[in-house]
Amino acid sequence: MLQINNLHASINGKEILKGINLNVRDGEIHAVMGLNGAGKSTLSNVIVGHPAYEVTQGSITFNGKDILPLKPEERAHEGIFLSFQQPTEIPGVSMVNFMRAALNAKRKYQGQEPMPAGAFLKLMREKRQLVELDSKLTSRSVNEGFSGGEKKRNEIFQMAMLEPTLCILDETDSGLDVDALRVVAEGFNKLRKPETSAIVITHYQRLLDYIKPDIVHVLIDGRIVKTAGPELAIEIENRGFDWIKEEVGL
Amino acid sequence: MNAEKQYIDFYKEVKDTIAERSSQEMNTCREAALHTFATQGFPLPKVERYRYAKVEADFSPDYGIALTPINGPLPPHCFRIAEATPYARTLYNKVADTSDSIVALNTMLSVDTLVVHVPKGTRVEHPIQINNTLKGEQDTMVCRRILIIMEELAQADVIITDRATSQSRFLTNQVVEVVMHDGSHLSLYETEETHLLCTRYSSVFVRQGRNSTFHHTNLTLFNGHTRNRLDVQLQGEGSEVTANGCVIADKMQRVDNNTLIDHQVPNCRSNELYKYVLDDNAVGAFAGKILVREGAQKTVSKETNANLCATRSARMYTQPMLEIYADDVKCSHGSTVGQMDDAALFYMRQRGIDEKEARLLLKAAFITEVIESIPLESLRDRLHVLVDKRLRGELSKCEGCKLCQ
Repeated sequence: MLQINNLHASINGKEILKGINLNVRDGEIHAVMGLNGAGKSTLSNVIVGHPAYEVTQGSITFNGKDILPLKPEERAHEGIFLSFQQPTEIPGVSMVNFMRAALNAKRKYQGQEPMPAGAFLKLMREKRQLVELDSKLTSRSVNEGFSGGEKKRNEIFQMAMLEPTLCILDETDSGLDVDALRVVAEGFNKLRKPETSAIVITHYQRLLDYIKPDIVHVLIDGRIVKTAGPELAIEIENRGFDWIKEEVGL
Repeated sequence: MNAEKQYIDFYKEVKDTIAERSSQEMNTCREAALHTFATQGFPLPKVERYRYAKVEADFSPDYGIALTPINGPLPPHCFRIAEATPYARTLYNKVADTSDSIVALNTMLSVDTLVVHVPKGTRVEHPIQINNTLKGEQDTMVCRRILIIMEELAQADVIITDRATSQSRFLTNQVVEVVMHDGSHLSLYETEETHLLCTRYSSVFVRQGRNSTFHHTNLTLFNGHTRNRLDVQLQGEGSEVTANGCVIADKMQRVDNNTLIDHQVPNCRSNELYKYVLDDNAVGAFAGKILVREGAQKTVSKETNANLCATRSARMYTQPMLEIYADDVKCSHGSTVGQMDDAALFYMRQRGIDEKEARLLLKAAFITEVIESIPLESLRDRLHVLVDKRLRGELSKCEGCKLCQ
């Protein structure tokens, strides 16, 4: 599904990613772990096409298509979804208008007519109930005045509405208490179809108790230095990252 | 003095015709107005309240001057001045700032006055709509005069809409006088949807009695050059004013809002919110003064001007002012000028909303606060649609006009 080869990327002339290789197949869940500043969020931002980052070398293909020339919105239409670490508040833009614009943009990209208003509201209601998002929240402005937990739940709600095939969860666990974490993770699991893939970016094992990865990568200083099965996450939880650094000679 | 001369010469030439078509109380004010205009001329930018306007340039072109009385059927409670009550007629030119030369020019050349007179205790059910449609093949200047009288406990909504349906140049010089008696409520809405060749000078003067409530919303949706002045005198205790406005401007459009809220007595409230969205090379200006006079204790006042410049070449001049001569008041004022929120833009694009649409949603969101503050629900809904159309470039301007594309 997603193939990243020798990816180098920089921001303001500073190189952050220094040759990433990553291959995510249909239905796989990959965890990317690493210390602060290792380049985890940069990786997710580069995949979704954040304009502040410049790809200097390498390639990203999604379902066989080179996505580097695509705009962020086009990558979204192709089926890539980023659950933001810090979802942005957009005062004055209602959740309904926001979701309608997003959904209809995708339908247009796929050559479909806009969804009729009645059907759209029904869909909103169904998906909202699925992630247990309060109806009060969907009648407000996007993320405005939402608590940390509500913002993350709202990300999963949007995922439910847009039905992406690749979900990137960027530190979805940060700022969440254990109960909120469980609800968000369970929401994600409920929504996930067998062919849906995910990249889960996290510092901790905790989220991985709920969203079980097939493969765990360790990102240090812009490179993936170690790749193993789910047991690696547990080992990192117990021993930290230093032993990996030593092992690879950093 | 060339720009002034053409107006003075014109007036001298046609003053008999004007007098014939007009009414006694308007005619008696003309010579004094001529004197004010001739001695002062057009205000230069060094005059504080005209700092951001280019008056002489705006009035220099050779316009034909319309001398037509009000026509068409009038809404309920509306009269031509000749048919208004004797009391209403005595109030003509009593609230306006007669020392102002733009007002003087209007007083000199106006042929008719639309009087809106709501009697004591009357609640006007439907909004009173005043439509000003500029049309004609010739470049034309229009002097418009409106006098609104709200008697004790009267209530009304008045909507004034400026439109232009032909591609000529138009210059409007409007003076609105509002007299609000004790306990009256008036919501006055002004919307401008003209085109790039239209220039509008509007001066609104309001005098409020005890426990009266005045709600003013001024929306500049499409224009060429616009200068709006609003002066409110709070003369009765317990009176309250809300002065809101929003501006959408792009291309070479220019919009200047200049307000004065004058707290003359204790226990009054004022609330002011102006928001601008500027794109391309548009220039916006806001200068708002809150004056709290000696003895006007327990005044509560808030003034906010927030602006969004979507390009580097858009310019905003903002000047919130507080002048306080009382010592037991609660007043705040502030202004901001910001750019598009990049984080919000990216967030929307990641969800599949293209950049153009995302920018549009953010612009509409920025001014939504002003629209939402409108008490009249039907108008609020209509304005949300109009704002959306405006931002999409779909606002119907003059028919078949290519000017504003």
